[in-house]
Amino acid sequence: MSSLQFDIAHLLAGSLVLASFMMLYQVRLYALLNVYALHAGVLALSVAWQAYVQQAPHLYLTALIALVFKAIIIPVALHRIIKRLGIHREIENVIGIGLTMMAGIGLVALSMVVMLRVTPGADALAREDLAFALSVVLLGLLVMVTRRNAVSQVVGFMSLENGLVLAATGAKGMPLVVEISVAFSVLIAFIVIGIFLFRIRERFDSVDVQALDRFRGERR
Amino acid sequence: MNALRDILSQGAQMLLVLGLAPLLTGFVRKVKARLLRRRGPPLLQPYRDLVRLMRKDVVLADNASWLFRVIPYLMFAGTWVAASLVPTFGNGLLFSWTADLIAIIALLGSARFFQALAGMDVGTAFGGIGSSREVMIASLAEPAMLITVFSVAMIAGSTQLATVAEFMGSDAVGLRVSLGMAFVALTIVALAENARIPVDNPATHLELTMVHEAMVLEYSGRHLALIDLSSQLKLLLYVSLIACVFLPWGMAPADASVGRFLFGALLYLGKLTALGLLLALFETAIAKMRVFRIPEFLGAALMLALLATLLRFVSGSL
Repeated sequence: MSSLQFDIAHLLAGSLVLASFMMLYQVRLYALLNVYALHAGVLALSVAWQAYVQQAPHLYLTALIALVFKAIIIPVALHRIIKRLGIHREIENVIGIGLTMMAGIGLVALSMVVMLRVTPGADALAREDLAFALSVVLLGLLVMVTRRNAVSQVVGFMSLENGLVLAATGAKGMPLVVEISVAFSVLIAFIVIGIFLFRIRERFDSVDVQALDRFRGERR
Repeated sequence: MNALRDILSQGAQMLLVLGLAPLLTGFVRKVKARLLRRRGPPLLQPYRDLVRLMRKDVVLADNASWLFRVIPYLMFAGTWVAASLVPTFGNGLLFSWTADLIAIIALLGSARFFQALAGMDVGTAFGGIGSSREVMIASLAEPAMLITVFSVAMIAGSTQLATVAEFMGSDAVGLRVSLGMAFVALTIVALAENARIPVDNPATHLELTMVHEAMVLEYSGRHLALIDLSSQLKLLLYVSLIACVFLPWGMAPADASVGRFLFGALLYLGKLTALGLLLALFETAIAKMRVFRIPEFLGAALMLALLATLLRFVSGSL
């Protein structure tokens, strides 16, 4: 593999991590959705590049799924959900943005250290993809943890799934069936979460998950 | 003969940065005005301002200490030395062994320290608020700058600007994510350090927002001229730092002919023009930030720089 091919793969995977950080940085819901669409677009590009490098045509299909579903349909659907819910458009963070960013950097460093330690024998491209994918997954989890609004938690979940797809495409010889079933299970999860959003909203007049704590009798 | 050429080229570099700094500021102002469909001051207006200020008498506050009078010279000297260390048209000049990125940051940092002291010296409220804001911005910008330097140094294998520029100009670089991130981080730091628009707007005297202006409000005459000139030098320094690290093409090597040096100087002028145009475009496209948003803005720079270092670490250890 030429070094240019590796560099481009590195660039795309690195931009995916950067897009995750942009997601952490956002304070408005619509902006968060736009960054999510960007995230999915970068994922699609990255997967398409992997398909080209590995000469695995079925990965092009995965890239197409990522582009159509994750970069177009889901953000549009979430936009409409926000509009119908009529919720407050500023996201309340649990901790400040600066601290969140620091935590994110720590997570990225952690995933790099772990991945580089445990995969010394693997192919360089796969190693690098795995390290980035783990950090995208952890950053998605961080988005879910640091946001109180249920919609932004959904976005965090979706970005976490993007990291999984990146890891799956980095590993050579992943059958197409697995990828498609992962993609569809995420779609189903999205629909279920969407229904839950409306239920939460109906019950508590807000999508702030702190309402759930109060409902269970927990105290802050 | 060699020694003579070295001295001449280094001297040319020192005079070049001093002569070009007001022109760059004037150029950015002019482009900004044209973009806003105003006519704008003539290109040479900053020179005229400096000359006029030089001619005027100095008015000192009654309780100004000796520090207040010395600081403009200290600031100017520190900034000028730093600006003449950054390679502009030629690589490997006489002083290039001292042109260490960390030394340049230290020079700028001490200039800023003195400026903040001068802001508080006379004891007016504005000076104090300006100094405290400047130090807040500096304490956020400095780590971002240092980590950017680390990531660039990790890629190039040195913190010496001549070596960095030589490496970046060679074919060994390839496509690097870390470099892109370091570039954005350095740009954000440069905007904050030079009091450009999203962070500070030196064109106004609005007490809610002013940072740099509030500190130098008490200065007049030749002291003000020196301070203005050193802030113009600082802008030139950052622009040529970006040009030197990220666009180092066409720099003359140490033992080049005169024609090669002239070509390098011409190319350097082109780079300054292009970056000045970009700066003016960016400044007209964006609004001034609230003071309390600045930590987040600079935090983004710090984050980018850290990420650049981490990514470099990954691709380096593969």
